[in-house]
Amino acid sequence: MSGPEAPLLLVENLYRHFGGGSATVAAVDGVSCAIGRGEALGLVGESGSGKSTLGRVVVGLDAPTSGRVLVAGLPPRRRGRPALPRQVQMVFQDPAAALDPRRSVAASVTEGLDLSRRQRERRAVELLEAVGLPAATAGRFPWALSGGQCQRVALARALSMQPRLLVADEPLAALDASTAAQMLLLLQGLHRAQGLAYLFIAHDLTMVRHLADRIAVMYAGRFVEVAPTESLWGRPVHPYTRALLDAVPPPVPPVSRAVSPPGLLGEPGARSAVGCPFAPRCPHAVGRCRVEAPALRAFGPDHLAACHQAEGLPPWRLR
Amino acid sequence: MALLAVADLSVSFRTPGGVLTAVRGMSFDVQAGETVAIVGESGSGKSAALLAILGLLPSNGHAAGSVRFGGQELLTAGAAALGRVRGRQIGMVFQDASGALNPTMTVGAQVAEVAARHLDLGPRAALAYARAVLGAVGLEPPRRRAGEYPGRWSGGMRRRAALAIALAGRPRLLLADEPTAGLDATVARAVLDRLDRLRSEAGMAAVLVSHDLGVVASVADRVLIAYAGRIVEQGSVGDIFARAAHPYTAALLGALPGRGVLRPIPGGTPDPRYLGPGCAFAARCHQAVRGCALAEPAAYPAPGEDGHSARCWLWHPDAPAPLRPGRGGGHVGP
Amino acid sequence: MAGPLPTDWFLPPLVAPAGVHRGGPARDNYWAGVWSRFRGNRPAVLGLLLLGLIVLGTLVGPHLTPYHYDALALLQANRPPGPEHWFGTDQLGRDTFARTWMGGRVSLLIGLAAAAIDLCIGAVYGGVAGLAGGWVDEVLMRLVDALYAIPFLLVVILLLVLLGSGLRSLIIAIALVNWLGMARLVRGQVLEIREREYVLAARVLGVPAPAILWRHLLPACLGPILVWISYNVPAAIFAEAFLSYLGLGVQPPRPSWGSMVSAASDLVRLHPWPFLFPAVAITLTLLAFYVVSDGLRDALDPRLGAGHGPAGRG
Repeated sequence: MSGPEAPLLLVENLYRHFGGGSATVAAVDGVSCAIGRGEALGLVGESGSGKSTLGRVVVGLDAPTSGRVLVAGLPPRRRGRPALPRQVQMVFQDPAAALDPRRSVAASVTEGLDLSRRQRERRAVELLEAVGLPAATAGRFPWALSGGQCQRVALARALSMQPRLLVADEPLAALDASTAAQMLLLLQGLHRAQGLAYLFIAHDLTMVRHLADRIAVMYAGRFVEVAPTESLWGRPVHPYTRALLDAVPPPVPPVSRAVSPPGLLGEPGARSAVGCPFAPRCPHAVGRCRVEAPALRAFGPDHLAACHQAEGLPPWRLR
Repeated sequence: MALLAVADLSVSFRTPGGVLTAVRGMSFDVQAGETVAIVGESGSGKSAALLAILGLLPSNGHAAGSVRFGGQELLTAGAAALGRVRGRQIGMVFQDASGALNPTMTVGAQVAEVAARHLDLGPRAALAYARAVLGAVGLEPPRRRAGEYPGRWSGGMRRRAALAIALAGRPRLLLADEPTAGLDATVARAVLDRLDRLRSEAGMAAVLVSHDLGVVASVADRVLIAYAGRIVEQGSVGDIFARAAHPYTAALLGALPGRGVLRPIPGGTPDPRYLGPGCAFAARCHQAVRGCALAEPAAYPAPGEDGHSARCWLWHPDAPAPLRPGRGGGHVGP
Repeated sequence: MAGPLPTDWFLPPLVAPAGVHRGGPARDNYWAGVWSRFRGNRPAVLGLLLLGLIVLGTLVGPHLTPYHYDALALLQANRPPGPEHWFGTDQLGRDTFARTWMGGRVSLLIGLAAAAIDLCIGAVYGGVAGLAGGWVDEVLMRLVDALYAIPFLLVVILLLVLLGSGLRSLIIAIALVNWLGMARLVRGQVLEIREREYVLAARVLGVPAPAILWRHLLPACLGPILVWISYNVPAAIFAEAFLSYLGLGVQPPRPSWGSMVSAASDLVRLHPWPFLFPAVAITLTLLAFYVVSDGLRDALDPRLGAGHGPAGRG
């Protein structure tokens, strides 16, 4: 047999800077990762973490400032445009803006395909039924659909190209809990049945837990922790990961109002240009943290984190 | 006497496509110092109810029923009377916090303006007070934040600024529409914690509207579950989570992501223009009986503390005991 | 429910719950919806009818009366409306009815020219700036800003002085000045639509750029373009009327509403009719345009679908 399989997605030393000179914003500040065939990677971070920018570069909507991205061995962008519609597709956050309000669902869902009118209608129905929408949806217009339905149409449109990797940029954020759960079940089903790989971008760890095999936590453009899902939930290493897990509401409300663990300092997006970017918000930061940027290192099988203080932190428990 | 007594509140909107009834006969009380959460998905009418309480419906909206605040009827109150209540007695934080902030004034000035007007403070005292409030909502350092303009702030900071403005008048009741929607998890947690602490320190009552049951559970005393314009269950937070009586509540709890297996509720929320004669949830309810589609149930008492009730035929006194929905935390099958 | 419940109340339901899909009939597509919304707007429809009548009048009107618009008849000067001269006559005895409709032709011609120039120059310019982005956009729009800063009438008057007055000069002058607003509008629309998620999705789907332009950008721009034109055309008509009133526009013997009003204003106290008809014509035409454009703007808004309540959660 041939050697080890090349990963479906390979990101090497990716940087994406905006602006110039003193006003440069490093949205993605040195990220490397890989997604294998049929694997689901969850990417979690708050506003300003750069996760959406990373998603856009992977899909080819944006070009890296330096570093490279390979999808199935090819760069996702050619001649200034996304170039791999059959390898990687994307689903966005806002279901209301996902579809052109002036075109029917059938037209939107089959937009990437080159079909005759009749073929288009037939294929639209197939695609819609695959995401659990009735055939009648094909003739309707986006304003008649609910948020959850629009999001499914957007998913069907992405799947129409039969991609191997789906980048989902906060697809559940604008949906109600029940609708989000339906969508998540749908994504799970596609993952298991078709071996669809995901780069699932979210700010909500609990959603990601249901879908991801591995989770990467991102802050200020860098990965601060990467681990298999249960390992991240069971033994989070990085203080930011711990803070995110602390912010998850407990499934049953506490009998008494328990005191919250000490939160993060400052505002989301605050970062330091020197040393660890998380230092301004970290309740455990010491002098070394403000001077020397930590690198990702191993804390267990397949479990990486970038923190100088990690060994010295108290053991952690989910509330 | 309850601080806020809402009786049979109905809200409808005149739209190009006909009359849309968003709220159908909601009744609930809020006692002084208590936090009540109204939880429901989109289309449940919860936001419309909140707007109706303060007379803030758009021009095509119409409210009926009764809303009594401290004995005063708000729905029929004139503009002057409502103006005295808003800000001073009842503070509100809207879903769109950016709309509540004036981009041309510093945040400190905006908070101070409210304080000066409602608390009768001079300009210096008002500004000092404003800084204190900003610090209390977590906008540190307060001196610097007071001098900044909201235009460059993140969503979470603006939300907290709007909260500060709402609290500046020291109202007896705070209405908050989706106070944590769109905020990062850590910020949402911080905002809720602050809100809870400030509220209990000031002895303020609060009505929090949210689509997220998990989020409000940690700060609410009582929870009202809204569906299709009606309150289908109300009770203490413990009763709702441990002894959910209405099948929709049980289903909502089952759909919460943190609980292991995902169990969404089949179908979607109904279009308020096309509701049939029976219970609005019947079409999605696996415990529905024949009568559910025929007529809407009244609110019947449910086990647990006083005041726990569910608008469900299965809790009718004549309903056979084996049909009663089981304990909360899961979705009982047929 | 008063009284005891029926005995079968708690039996299993006859039809299993199936979940609820959004109710209501499926409505027709966007453009059909636009037309039906416009049709439902009574003032707009009346305005459209009025415009239609005015256009018809300018085409047919001068032929309905035996009197030529330019025929002098000094003995018949300043007659009030009567069975022979339906609108009366002006101070030189010319038939006001014929002159009013002939004058209308000039106004409508100006309007048409303004619209065409808006589209061909303004929309294309703005579209190119919006799509190109970067320094191209910067340069193009700075030019627009510079031209915008110069008062419109000043430019037109200068040009007319340079080129000499007359219909042709008038059209050129308006052409040079009128397209700026449209350019800005289209550029703004393009910039906004470009970043919409459905356009991004189309790019990721591999849809080629010309197809994106045709399918998504153009229809989105069409609405605002139509509305803008319907505001801009009456502005051009009024500008012509104003300039002709000042004597700078259309020259005699060609009638124009502005010059007719000007000529009649000296004797308006004694003989109001030669003043009244062209003035009312201007007013009604502008009114009709504004009403139609308001109706268009409302009809084109895709958010006003089949009756929505408060949007979003709740």
